[in-house]
Amino acid sequence: MADQDRFGGPENQRRRLLQAGLGAAALGTIPGAGQLAAQAQGAFDWKRFKGEKIEVFLVKSPRGDLLTKYHKEFEDMTGITVGSEMIPEQQQRQKAVIEFNSGNTSFDVIAISYHVQKRLFGKNKWMEDVRPLVADKSLTDPNLDFADFSKGGMAWATQPDGRIDSLPFNIDPWVIYYNKELFDAKSVAYPKSFPEIVDAAAKLNDPAKGVSGFVARGLKNANVPVWSSFLLGYGGTFIDASGKLTTDNAAAIDAAKMYQTLLAKSGPQGVAGFNWNEAQSLFLQGKAAMWLDGIGFAQPLEDPTKSRIVGKVGYGVMPPGPKQQVSAMFGDGEGISSFSKKKGPSWLYLQWASNKANQARMLEAAAGAPVRSSAYANAEALAALKVPKAWVDCMLTSARIAQPGLPIIAPVTEFRDIFGIALTNMINGADAAAELKKATAEFQPVLDKSEKA
Amino acid sequence: MSTIVMPPARGARFLARRRRNYYLFIAPALAVVGAVIVFPWLFTLWMSAFDWTIGSAAHFVGFGNYQKLATNQRFLESVLHTFYFTALAVAAPLVLGTAAAMIFHREFPFRGLLRGVFVMPMMATPVAVALVWTMMFHPQQGVLNYLLSLVGLPPSLWVYSPMLVIPSLVMVEVWHWTPLVMLIVLGGLAALPTEPYESARLDGATEWQLFRYITLPLVAPFIVVAAVIRTIDALKTFDTIYVITGGGPGTASETINLYLYLQAFAFYNIGTASAVVVVFFVIVLALALLLLHVREKTKWT
Repeated sequence: MADQDRFGGPENQRRRLLQAGLGAAALGTIPGAGQLAAQAQGAFDWKRFKGEKIEVFLVKSPRGDLLTKYHKEFEDMTGITVGSEMIPEQQQRQKAVIEFNSGNTSFDVIAISYHVQKRLFGKNKWMEDVRPLVADKSLTDPNLDFADFSKGGMAWATQPDGRIDSLPFNIDPWVIYYNKELFDAKSVAYPKSFPEIVDAAAKLNDPAKGVSGFVARGLKNANVPVWSSFLLGYGGTFIDASGKLTTDNAAAIDAAKMYQTLLAKSGPQGVAGFNWNEAQSLFLQGKAAMWLDGIGFAQPLEDPTKSRIVGKVGYGVMPPGPKQQVSAMFGDGEGISSFSKKKGPSWLYLQWASNKANQARMLEAAAGAPVRSSAYANAEALAALKVPKAWVDCMLTSARIAQPGLPIIAPVTEFRDIFGIALTNMINGADAAAELKKATAEFQPVLDKSEKA
Repeated sequence: MSTIVMPPARGARFLARRRRNYYLFIAPALAVVGAVIVFPWLFTLWMSAFDWTIGSAAHFVGFGNYQKLATNQRFLESVLHTFYFTALAVAAPLVLGTAAAMIFHREFPFRGLLRGVFVMPMMATPVAVALVWTMMFHPQQGVLNYLLSLVGLPPSLWVYSPMLVIPSLVMVEVWHWTPLVMLIVLGGLAALPTEPYESARLDGATEWQLFRYITLPLVAPFIVVAAVIRTIDALKTFDTIYVITGGGPGTASETINLYLYLQAFAFYNIGTASAVVVVFFVIVLALALLLLHVREKTKWT
């Protein structure tokens, strides 16, 4: 049975390694031949775990949908049966923490949002380090091509202690969607600096016509990355080297004031309760001149059944701030549960899910920004793209200047909640400096406790 | 066989044996109650004495969590929001429900059909109701502001304003649960005797006097039952608020239940969350006792 000598004895492994090395040396120059050679030599075999079953725990999103759609392809290729569960993000995160904490997980592979879960999962070593798996030539497809993964993506997937406990799939830099028609009507140019964003928003704001100059998330928790988009441009950080919060210094206050001015003066009525979907629907109706949010929300804007502004959308890279030009970034990937008893088959799944074909499909569907550079060179995917080419250009430029849009700490949700409330209060007129001071004082003990434990 | 003919000692033994046998019969019920009610309760009490966040080690802190809650401004505000919300969400459906019951108690064409229509909101799922209301509340695209504009009123911010959010949420509760109060009170009205009304009419009582001095005291016990049910429901309202505002804007509609949810399932502070549960339980218990006391009183009038 193939699964009985899954990892083989030491002798067996050495032989496999040798064979793989020889195979790769002989055929490495012929593109696409590596996999065939590996199979012929018995080194790497997609079918080695034939007949096993793994459970995959995904987030309901365009990316989760895409993977699920093609699971059959993986099953045919490997003979492994995939059971998958896909639930909304928030519930998925809760269930994951509760299961990991119980010391036993019902899933083998899990989708992870780096901006929320990286530190918590890394600190508890809840996901398997993939480095030993990558080193094992009998388990790793010679075509994996690690160099193809972008640096930003690998930075997300690498823990501070060097462990790589997931493979990155998607990075989500924040950009400014703008309505070119509204900009042209008032002959306003796309802003080139932070003050110009504020000016443009004020000029384009036209409450009589129901048009807002600027829209973004005002809802607590969801709104924090909007503020950090400005914070990073002002040269701000979240935490200094000694573990002290820097979220009430001058840069943070300037960023918060900019947030306050934009949303309170040029934002729609009730923006304090807006999440991305309210902001998106306003922008779709042609009722907002600018919308700052993740790049993954583009597809509906170019869908004639949903949007009134098809073909009029500009995709703007975040303008440079006073200190630097940064696009705040989210990201997600998948890892193997440390409690899984089927790490071999799970590793095959990870390799398949992040392979070049799946990454190209993600781009084609505009379901996210693939971390593999090869996806952007895939002519077929680019030709079939459901959004304009400008979107791809904007994404590539943004990805180059991207930095994490949230601090990499365990209590991210509490951070977002506390600072989110401060920001919402600012929209409703509270003093920016005082709110940040209060939020920082409230969160510092939470942070200290989480880092100590 | 009778115990009378037995010597006293044997009789006592028999009774003791019978008592033992009874214990055997209630054992399954005891086991179930112990497992699903008593044990979780004791465990919650136990956890509330620990400083424990999932993903890090637990420390015993005794009453530390309670002390922190007592000075936590956000928690105290959530208690106030809960009382404010509950007061409105009990009073409004009681008044409107009683009025509706008075109307539906009269004879008029299509009464049965209209009663059925009136009760329909109760059958809808709270989350679905909340989602529909979320769309209606939208400041730019919502139908409520459109209706206001039709009668020449300026648009309102509804749940997007910290001042209006709780009354707006109560509107949803009123729409959803007034029919329940109506049904309970209608049941009470149907059981009323007709004689007091006849004699009062002979004495020249007005319609208002009939209602105020005869109907209201007679249906009061039913209204109190409705009040008890509404109070318990309103106190523990979660889905409506969570779906429509998530406790926002800021923390303007954050009730104890939402605070509890955040602590337990968003921040994973299990110790704090357990302490909140205990405090919440005490509040619910106190209110329930108060209402039962009121109910005893109405029985004698």
